[in-house]
Amino acid sequence: MSRIAAVFSALRDQGRQALIPFVTAGDPDPATTLPLMHAMVEAGADIIELGVPFSDPMADGPVIQRASERALRHHIALHDVIDMVRRFRETDQATPVVLMGYLNPLEAMGYETFAEAAAEAGVDGVLTVDIPPEEAATFVPAMKSNGIDPIFLLAPTSNRARIERITATASGFVYYVSLKGVTGAGNLSLDSVRAKLAEIRSCTDLPVGVGFGIKDATTAAAMAGFADAVVVGSALVSRIEANPDDVQKAVAEIKALLSEMRTAMDAD
Amino acid sequence: MRYDVQNNEIRLTDLPDEHGHFGPYGGIFVAETLMEPLDELRVAYERYLSDPEFLAELDADLQHYVGRPSPIYHAERLSRELGGAQIYLKREDLNHTGAHKINNTVGQALLAKRMGKTRIIAETGAGQHGVATATVAARLGLECVVYMGEVDVARQEANVYRMRLLGAEVRSVASGSKTLKDALNEAMRDWVSNVDDTFYIIGTVAGPHPYPAMVRDFQAVIGREAREQMLAMTGRLPDALLACVGGGSNAIGLFFPFLEDRGVALYGVEAAGDGLETGHHAAPLCAGTPGVLHGNRTYLMEDRDGQIIETHSISAGLDYPGVGPEHAWLKDSGRANYVAVTDGEALQAFHRLTRTEGIIPALESSHAIAQAIKMAPTMDREQILLVNLSGRGDKDMHTVAAREGMKI
Ligand SMILES: Cc1ncc(COP(=O)(O)O)c(C=O)c1O
Repeated sequence: MSRIAAVFSALRDQGRQALIPFVTAGDPDPATTLPLMHAMVEAGADIIELGVPFSDPMADGPVIQRASERALRHHIALHDVIDMVRRFRETDQATPVVLMGYLNPLEAMGYETFAEAAAEAGVDGVLTVDIPPEEAATFVPAMKSNGIDPIFLLAPTSNRARIERITATASGFVYYVSLKGVTGAGNLSLDSVRAKLAEIRSCTDLPVGVGFGIKDATTAAAMAGFADAVVVGSALVSRIEANPDDVQKAVAEIKALLSEMRTAMDAD
Repeated sequence: MRYDVQNNEIRLTDLPDEHGHFGPYGGIFVAETLMEPLDELRVAYERYLSDPEFLAELDADLQHYVGRPSPIYHAERLSRELGGAQIYLKREDLNHTGAHKINNTVGQALLAKRMGKTRIIAETGAGQHGVATATVAARLGLECVVYMGEVDVARQEANVYRMRLLGAEVRSVASGSKTLKDALNEAMRDWVSNVDDTFYIIGTVAGPHPYPAMVRDFQAVIGREAREQMLAMTGRLPDALLACVGGGSNAIGLFFPFLEDRGVALYGVEAAGDGLETGHHAAPLCAGTPGVLHGNRTYLMEDRDGQIIETHSISAGLDYPGVGPEHAWLKDSGRANYVAVTDGEALQAFHRLTRTEGIIPALESSHAIAQAIKMAPTMDREQILLVNLSGRGDKDMHTVAAREGMKI
């Protein structure tokens, strides 16, 4: 069983939901990422989403855009991110890591080269924001044949035919974008998420994660009431931005927010 | 002049395929939220492009509002000076708002109205597309927001003011390289956040399908007119067509109706900036590699890691790291030639056309003029070059004066 499947199956047995933090690799500097990943696991993260910095993050709001810009100032490339995962795996063999980003860095490296290197380093899944299944005819087999789960987005605008098509292509889990907007947006509606999740579940047995716009423990707990996983990104990354001269403090604040979310999610 | 088309079995005018592919290029590479709105747009565009009522309304607007057909002018004095091929200019600079951009915004705005959208957004580089969008929005009474990179806001002040006069809100974009590509990112972010009531008018043949095909179809009026006008004026087709290529909309608009006229050579002219060898340029077709940006696969200016690199051109409208996917395909298939012209050569051409013909071209269009100035002397007097004069130079007074150490 893949690490991702193992995590969801264990959580399901315990009646709990996965907490998935997102941070951008190399933000604010390359040395912070590895300790931050371990710290997030300590604070209760079940899966880590590691952002691959890109020069043109079209689906991201200002907070994650700026994280990308900070990381790119250190010239963090896809192979550096894969190296970070390799080092993470030296001491943590259990926590799945999903790389999240845009297609072009993968195109530049080549799908097959990427998938082999990523699998070898211990990457479990890849979520490429700008590749819909329609364009993924060579991408998906390259990932799956190397044991990497291609994770796809579903959106409020996805109709039933699309949901069926996407869930048939994806593996690991699917990621429901909870609002029409970019990461970190503020127009989240719990009721519409609940309704859409019911529709998605009628199409697939894959675990369903929800993300975009989840900022606090209360919302995380509410989402955990109907999703299998809660993804939180901008709220964490904003802690890095708020402490430009004190990385330790940023890491501590990220841990504190995750612990709060973990406690609230497990209390329900 | 040489061209060999490897794929003779495909009629070039049949592309893209139903998923928006031009060979390996084009397609739809966007986040899931936009897939459905793009499909809705594709359906509307396909429906209206064969709807006689829509087409009649478009034609009437092009005639009475834009001022079409735009004339073709024989630049006799310039041709005589160069001593070779005859240079003809397709005068898109005479359109309302001063460039070819309005052909597309008039079309997309009609589509927006038919689709019941109440809010228009656009990205702009030189500001010409922003002005053309603000113009049609004012006319239809639609709310209009234009995204423009901070760098471009500074170098195209006059157009920023024009947009504001027209009632548009100009939002300055401070992310990334603060130019056209970042404005496009920001417009996409706006669209994804407001898909229900908003129509995104992309200004060139880039973006996800159906934009590259749709913008081409709205701009192809340039080539359709030019083909008839040249036949009427000279009794034959030109030997070569020349147009500058930023995203590629004025070029494809001119080229498309001639694609099957294999005897007509096609030259797309990119911005070589400080020179291709310096790396400071905006010439993805001449010096880039294929990749995925802004919703399609095409040639890009990118580094080894797949990060998009900053471009440089004296003309804001050519300062873009990608190019329409159809041009990528026309390059690979050999049907069109892509060359590049430096800032200095474009400036010289700007002055030369101004002084010999009394026509002040846009700096973008000056790139195409510069290429014609290079080619004409190598050809005979009976040969014909048709250059797309995509816009007028009024917006560039500042830039040219500053280059020459003057402040106006
Ligand atoms: C006058 C003029 N020509 C050309 C361009 C380049 O765009 P395209 O390559 O899409 O024609 C612009 C863009 O702003 C422009 O203003």
